[in-house]
Amino acid sequence: MTVTSEVVNAPRRQSRRGASFRDAGPPVALIVIFLIFAALSPQFRSTDNVQNIVDAAAVLAVVTCGITFVLMMGSIDLSAAGVMGACALTVSLLVANNRNDNDFGLLGIAVAVLLGCAFGCVSGLALVLLKVPSFMATLGMSAVGLGVATLMFAGVQPNISDTMVKGLAIERFLGFSYLTWIAAVCILVGWLIQRYTRLGRYAFAIGGAEEVLLLSGVKVNPYKVAVFALAGAFYGLGGVMVTSQLGAGLVQAGDGYDFSAITAAVVGGTLLTGGRGGILHSAVGVMLVMVLTNGLVQIGVSPYWQGGVEGLIVVAAVAAAVIPQRRRNQVVK
Amino acid sequence: MSVPALEVRGLVKHYPGVKALDGVDLVVQQNEVLGLAGENGAGKSTLLKALVGLVAPDAGSIYVRGEPVRLRSVVDAANHGIGMVFQEQSLVPNLTAAENIVLGSEGPAVRRGVYRWEVMRRLAQEQLDKIGSPIDPLARTDSLSFADRQMVEIAKVLRIEERTQHPPVVILDEPTSVLESKEIDTLFAQIRRLREFATVIFVSHRLDEVLDVCDRVSVLRGGQSVGEVATAGAVPRELHRMMIGSTGSDDHYHENAAATVGSEQPRLSVRGLSGTTFQDISFDVAPGEIVSIVGVHGSGREDVCRALFGAEPTTAGEIRMDGKKIDLPSTRAACAAGIGYVPAERKLEGMVGAMSVAENMTLAKQQARCAGPFVAPKKQATLVDSWIRRLSIRTPGRDTAIQRLSGGNQQKVVLARWLVAGDIRLLLLDHPTRGLDIGARSEVYRLMRELAATGVATVLLADSLEEAIGMADRILVMNDGRVATEVACPNGAKPSPLDLVKEMV
Repeated sequence: MTVTSEVVNAPRRQSRRGASFRDAGPPVALIVIFLIFAALSPQFRSTDNVQNIVDAAAVLAVVTCGITFVLMMGSIDLSAAGVMGACALTVSLLVANNRNDNDFGLLGIAVAVLLGCAFGCVSGLALVLLKVPSFMATLGMSAVGLGVATLMFAGVQPNISDTMVKGLAIERFLGFSYLTWIAAVCILVGWLIQRYTRLGRYAFAIGGAEEVLLLSGVKVNPYKVAVFALAGAFYGLGGVMVTSQLGAGLVQAGDGYDFSAITAAVVGGTLLTGGRGGILHSAVGVMLVMVLTNGLVQIGVSPYWQGGVEGLIVVAAVAAAVIPQRRRNQVVK
Repeated sequence: MSVPALEVRGLVKHYPGVKALDGVDLVVQQNEVLGLAGENGAGKSTLLKALVGLVAPDAGSIYVRGEPVRLRSVVDAANHGIGMVFQEQSLVPNLTAAENIVLGSEGPAVRRGVYRWEVMRRLAQEQLDKIGSPIDPLARTDSLSFADRQMVEIAKVLRIEERTQHPPVVILDEPTSVLESKEIDTLFAQIRRLREFATVIFVSHRLDEVLDVCDRVSVLRGGQSVGEVATAGAVPRELHRMMIGSTGSDDHYHENAAATVGSEQPRLSVRGLSGTTFQDISFDVAPGEIVSIVGVHGSGREDVCRALFGAEPTTAGEIRMDGKKIDLPSTRAACAAGIGYVPAERKLEGMVGAMSVAENMTLAKQQARCAGPFVAPKKQATLVDSWIRRLSIRTPGRDTAIQRLSGGNQQKVVLARWLVAGDIRLLLLDHPTRGLDIGARSEVYRLMRELAATGVATVLLADSLEEAIGMADRILVMNDGRVATEVACPNGAKPSPLDLVKEMV
């Protein structure tokens, strides 16, 4: 009993309400990496370059917002690339363009976002009704999205002439492009959903202990579908943003965003097993990835090296993040 | 007298090969604290699960305040005013205490899907106030101590009061097994407080606690109610006797086949082994000897067993096999030293369900079926078939998926895994007969005797005290992570279960 009584006498641990020291890693890493690059390269620390980094992060930030909810739940979503492609084509064919006489403006954007939402909905339904694991369900939806986009593309690239949509990427407010402000609003909305809605809290709880929810009489399936639908809407908006940047609707609009978004979320501290992390974590993760990409260029790392170096840093970051949870005979898949 | 809060009549529940409940009767009066006692496998957990709608009984009926009810789910039970604090805690760790307390019945705390944190905090605070707990409702659950989390669970269960107009029935399943003594005192104060407005069913291994906090104790044995004791003036000894009963066995444990224990150098020698849940464990096992470690849940015996196999980290001490120290204990080093481990969770850790009998049997000792780096099909077939014959494993063939066999035959395959290479020197058996019926148990016992006769040393974590006494040559009693005492257990001079229980609690 000697050992156990010490435990009793130990001062009661301060209960914590929000963030914990475990969550401090990524922000600290962001600051450290930023300072290192800033010290190494005067070019890196210029105002122009910092603006560039932030502007370049906009699309990734929006996509990562969506994927974060899915990851929090312990599921995975690989549909971003396909959904973004389909939504990019949709918006470019609905606003003023060189292929048809449509000029729906904002309504076109809304339709694209809703289409993304519908794609997510289908993924979610496949998961809860057909019991298809989210990995395969969303991989399939990505292919469907690319297929739909290819059909709409039909061999002729739709170039948009809608000044409002094109302006989103070009016009600036307080030094940042409109797209960056859209991303900021998305992060804020995502955070509010995560903090103040049942959808957000249950997504978090599903990742934490789904059985407990079931034992408490909560029907989790509707929430799962809603989370995928929400994520799809974010991808749809991401597709619109890429279209605005390119001035044209491309099937490949979402190329690479699926895995970049997962990387950013995980680097930010959102675990793939669910139940940890959140929108703000992911936002930090996005900035980490973008600072890394930009910084390596600025300090003159050869472009041939960049991909590999980035990959190594990402793996190192995740390894550092899981140190507190390692134990004997742990099974990692 | 008023209508009983809860009444159970003739409840029956079969599982394949086992009759978990065999006509249980139970009456719980309003505002009473009823204790439920019984050995492992007496049917306590099945009964509790039936009371909260997790298990559908095959026969019998449950009455709540005189009304017959059919409980289909936890929610159903809650609507009838029955709630349970589960043994393995059932809180979502990454939510706040308040969210856990109102989970599933948020009411005004969530309006149109939007959280109103202030309302939620107040609702939770109301529940916490009922038990006078100072926990911050907005603290994250995984930042709370174990005892505090238990208070949160009780507060959560008390919320069922809002659903019924009647005092709730609160079931506490082994609430003290992981608490420190001070925390237990707090818990008991809570239970006495609960009694003012609720009915409590309290389950614990520790009989002194049951007698301390309960008004009345009901004893289960073999799925039946065997008696009730008013706790005023009762002593643990009476309860022990009722729990254990008198079981006459006709060499169920093959005691006549007991091997003669080698007296030369010990096969296994453990000195000062310490880990997170056990301290300073030292003992020897001779070739051919069966040593059983007994202790209540939380005594640390399972962890000792896993530590011997290198599956649990240790902080101090050494393990020697035939005098040779095992450096850097790991499961790999243990296998190489001729140690075999049969885990308690057969379906999770013991076997790969979808793989064939042959593959499961050769899983640990691949070299036994291989020629160089390649699997030699003929060699494997001969080897596996010979073991299927020797252990009389009933299977359609060596290529049948192991999950299609009965529990007893699965367990024989798992045991055979360590025998195929012929280099086994020490077997660690963690509840090897769990979930097996009498016949299959007997076969496992016979196998253990045969192995012992060939000089294999065995460490056994038995399913029941009788099994430990029946099989072992020597028994180590563990209590709170330490070896409390060592009892010789030779044929013809077996200790009684009562002697052991005294040391366990």
